[in-house]
Amino acid sequence: MTHSGPELRVEGLSKSFGPVRAVDDLSFTVRPGAVTGFLGPNGSGKTTTLRMLLGLTAPTAGRALVDGTPYAALRRPARVVGASLEAGFHPGRTGLGHLEVYAPQVGVSRQRCRDLLDLVGLTAAADRKVGGYSMGMRQRLALATTLLGDPPAVVLDEPANGLDPEGIVWLRGLLRAFAAEGRTVLVSSHVLGEVQHTVDDVVIIAGGRLAHASSLAALADLAVQETLAVSPDAARLAALCRERGWAVAPEGAGLLVSDVSAAELGAAAFAAGVELHQLTPRGTDLEQVFLRLTAPGRPAREPEAVVAR
Amino acid sequence: MSAAIRAELRKITSTRLWWVLLLAQAGYLGFIGLVMAFSFTVEMPEGTSSGPALSGMDAATATYSLVNAIGYVFPLVIGSLAVTTEFRHRTIGQTLLVEPRRGVVLAAKLIATVPLGLLFGVVGVASLVGASAPLLAWQGDGAFLGDPEVLAILALGVVVMALWAVIGAAFGSVVTNQVAAIVVILAFTQFVEPVARLALSAVDGLEQVARFLPGSAADAVVGASLFNEIGEGSLLSRPAGLAVLLTYALVLAAIGRATTLRRDLV
Repeated sequence: MTHSGPELRVEGLSKSFGPVRAVDDLSFTVRPGAVTGFLGPNGSGKTTTLRMLLGLTAPTAGRALVDGTPYAALRRPARVVGASLEAGFHPGRTGLGHLEVYAPQVGVSRQRCRDLLDLVGLTAAADRKVGGYSMGMRQRLALATTLLGDPPAVVLDEPANGLDPEGIVWLRGLLRAFAAEGRTVLVSSHVLGEVQHTVDDVVIIAGGRLAHASSLAALADLAVQETLAVSPDAARLAALCRERGWAVAPEGAGLLVSDVSAAELGAAAFAAGVELHQLTPRGTDLEQVFLRLTAPGRPAREPEAVVAR
Repeated sequence: MSAAIRAELRKITSTRLWWVLLLAQAGYLGFIGLVMAFSFTVEMPEGTSSGPALSGMDAATATYSLVNAIGYVFPLVIGSLAVTTEFRHRTIGQTLLVEPRRGVVLAAKLIATVPLGLLFGVVGVASLVGASAPLLAWQGDGAFLGDPEVLAILALGVVVMALWAVIGAAFGSVVTNQVAAIVVILAFTQFVEPVARLALSAVDGLEQVARFLPGSAADAVVGASLFNEIGEGSLLSRPAGLAVLLTYALVLAAIGRATTLRRDLV
């Protein structure tokens, strides 16, 4: 715990663009020492929320705080929160030049800029113009920019976009290492699967409102347990399930039974003398949970699911 | 604040546009200087009515004052780019992440354009004088480069170019669209203001208004003007001209702070 990070807290945050309520009474906290995934479909208000957290956009209501202080009121904010939103680069500047432009205000040397290019694997491209960089190289340069001040908190907007698989694995390792050092890490994504193996906590929003906030494990508990059973006598199996009150749906040659474990279903079939040729537990599908939580028209949040406020 | 200024200077010098514009300005002002010196010194053949319009020290000062009258478009453009580039390439978000105090960002941009404008001034004056003085000395009544008043005109020409760069940055904070800003600057400096100066100074009563146009005020600071040698207009005093130019810069910057920099920025 060498980099004890600040707590990021969003309180009743709202933002209207004309008649559009982009963010609506949003509250959540992000704890240090963990990677928090900030998830939601495209257009759900993630980037607007992050912009308000970082003082680029003024909230219509509510506030966003870094250990109790608004970002814009921090002295040398880049030393506290390293942030990268939709990254802008001057195409005529070199990668090294880009970092050196921000170095004075972050309060770091030109050598630190070179060290960071080394860290993100851009040393060979340091003196090339950013205009010639690939999407993945720009993501790496954006990450280097956020890390200039060795910040105890890191806020990244869709950092995996454009990274190759190797880059994604590398990013995952880096973020896990940050969390292990005690830093606060907030990473947004519109795809749960992209961050599923990286995050400890999730904050899910839809339509600008909080849909769910919990640990990843608690999110997994929301997944519907399903078991696939194949029987030569499908009619009797279906009748048995109905008798027990289990929902069934035909899938391929068998039946997909909801809310029941393979053991329970197997025991019931055995007791009833129903022959089974296949009995397969379906893994908990977080993506399905994510889609369910963020589906349009769904009530804004499941109160029992909200653990972090 | 000094860190913000250093950052702005690095932004300007880390791309090649500043020296491309500097070279273009040097070439343009050198060419203009040569043409003006030629027109003042070379006698027209018999039968043509237009002889040299000016002679003596007036020819020299009118030529040297062109660093402002002709050259001012360059510092204006480079100054405006200090702001508009950030919007064009969407780097303003990162700039505000490392310095959320927006007034500091704007002030740093205005201040950082001063040394750049001085450089444009020195190179502009040097190329103008370098091209015109030999011809004025050889064919005309002299280059008058030892005269204290001429030296003052050259030095103040450099100062005025720095002021133009600041005004350009302030203007860029009002018109953040890069293309729009450049078009407005070109249209104003190459067409609107020259026409307005001639037209206004030709009308009794409106002559006073013409003196407060930025180009006219800048000529007043320099202390010489080709416009006023060939036209009827008069100039403000040097301190008054300086005050008018600074007012333009401050008013534009205040508008930029109150509009552009109050918005949600990304």
